[in-house]
Amino acid sequence: MNFDIGVILAKGPQILSGLGVTVLIWIAGTFLAAALGFVIATARHYGGPLIGAVLAIPVEVLRGTPFLVQIFLLYFGGPYIGITLDPIPAGLLGLSVYGAAYYAEIFRAGYQSVPPGHVEAADCLGFSRGQTVLRILLPEMALIVLPPSVNMAIILLKETALLSLITVPEMTLTVQAIGSQQYAFLESLVVLALVYWALVELAGTLGRLAERYFSRYRLALK
Amino acid sequence: MTWQLFSLLVQASGMTILISTISILVGLGVAILLSAARLSHLRVLHGFTALFISFFRGVPLLVQLLLLFNLLPALGISLSGFATAIIGLSLCTAAYQAENLRGGFDAVPKGLIESADMAGFSPAQTFLRIRIPIALRLTFPALVNEAILILKASSLVSVVGVIELTRMAQNLSASTFMPVEIFASAGLIYLVINQVVAAIGRYAERRLPGMGQAAR
Repeated sequence: MNFDIGVILAKGPQILSGLGVTVLIWIAGTFLAAALGFVIATARHYGGPLIGAVLAIPVEVLRGTPFLVQIFLLYFGGPYIGITLDPIPAGLLGLSVYGAAYYAEIFRAGYQSVPPGHVEAADCLGFSRGQTVLRILLPEMALIVLPPSVNMAIILLKETALLSLITVPEMTLTVQAIGSQQYAFLESLVVLALVYWALVELAGTLGRLAERYFSRYRLALK
Repeated sequence: MTWQLFSLLVQASGMTILISTISILVGLGVAILLSAARLSHLRVLHGFTALFISFFRGVPLLVQLLLLFNLLPALGISLSGFATAIIGLSLCTAAYQAENLRGGFDAVPKGLIESADMAGFSPAQTFLRIRIPIALRLTFPALVNEAILILKASSLVSVVGVIELTRMAQNLSASTFMPVEIFASAGLIYLVINQVVAAIGRYAERRLPGMGQAAR
């Protein structure tokens, strides 16, 4: 068995460009997913039973089906229903919508975890609903939703690899292409796995640091 | 979208259920072995389990599967796509399940382990008869969750050529030019399977002995 990792590493600039696409789609996708998830959770929290029930459907569907099927439906089925997107926008949209369903659940749990007494107190002090959300609910939720949010961000990072299957030129597609040009599939996949591993460990470490930093506010909650 | 196409998808979902069920059970076995290694007094084993769990949780499953499908033949091991898919899914879910079980094993009351010790149980007996049953009971909801994750993740084995639900949908979509109907139907089938698993999980959670009884 001939194993030469050098032929892959020689293509460093190409790998870096794939890594760049992966990181950009991941960060943009996570940001959009969290924002959309927050909007959904807020609408479910304040919108009354009807809006709550209606919004529960897409959340359940997105959480109950594989991400791969979702992006296939969007990318291959989209043009038949008037949604024709290039790979990168399709990937970004798919990742954001998929992540939004999970973030909606994370924020929903966040809303439920804030003691009702705090909201009532804000009411008594004459806070508007917007002020209550911005000054009471969000800061208190932030501590609770941080660990699952970091977790979800890491899951989304790994899901970006699936975007290679709709030809988004991210890291998995790029490194596999190098592997087949150089006739070194195994080497390319080993490099790919190691880069993802490092990236996930790095993201996890940053997340833990953030949790430690913000845990200083935990006392203020009591 | 004809009934015939839909029934082909339903048939292929049998493969999805089969692969997922085997992988979850094999993964549970491996996860228990990993937990035993973590509870042992051998430092080498601690390092190994930490590395195993970190790797399989840190690399996208798609990359793991592609790696496995290229690695085994390079090592001279030739297995069917089905067997390789099960190995890949099992190793990945084992890492997640071991992480879930960690919480369960940590929550086994110390007093129970001490009493088992006093009653003359060997460490192996304590592990098999005290720790495992309690840890499994405590982490049962996490196991149901993991089963749903694996059902969804099994869609990735389509990439390495196993004809399960997602691969069948891809094939049918390519031959009929009806990707919207076909992928939507595939999604619906996944959704139904997952709802059924979740319902079974909720039912079992109610019927299983409560923690008060299990710990007593």
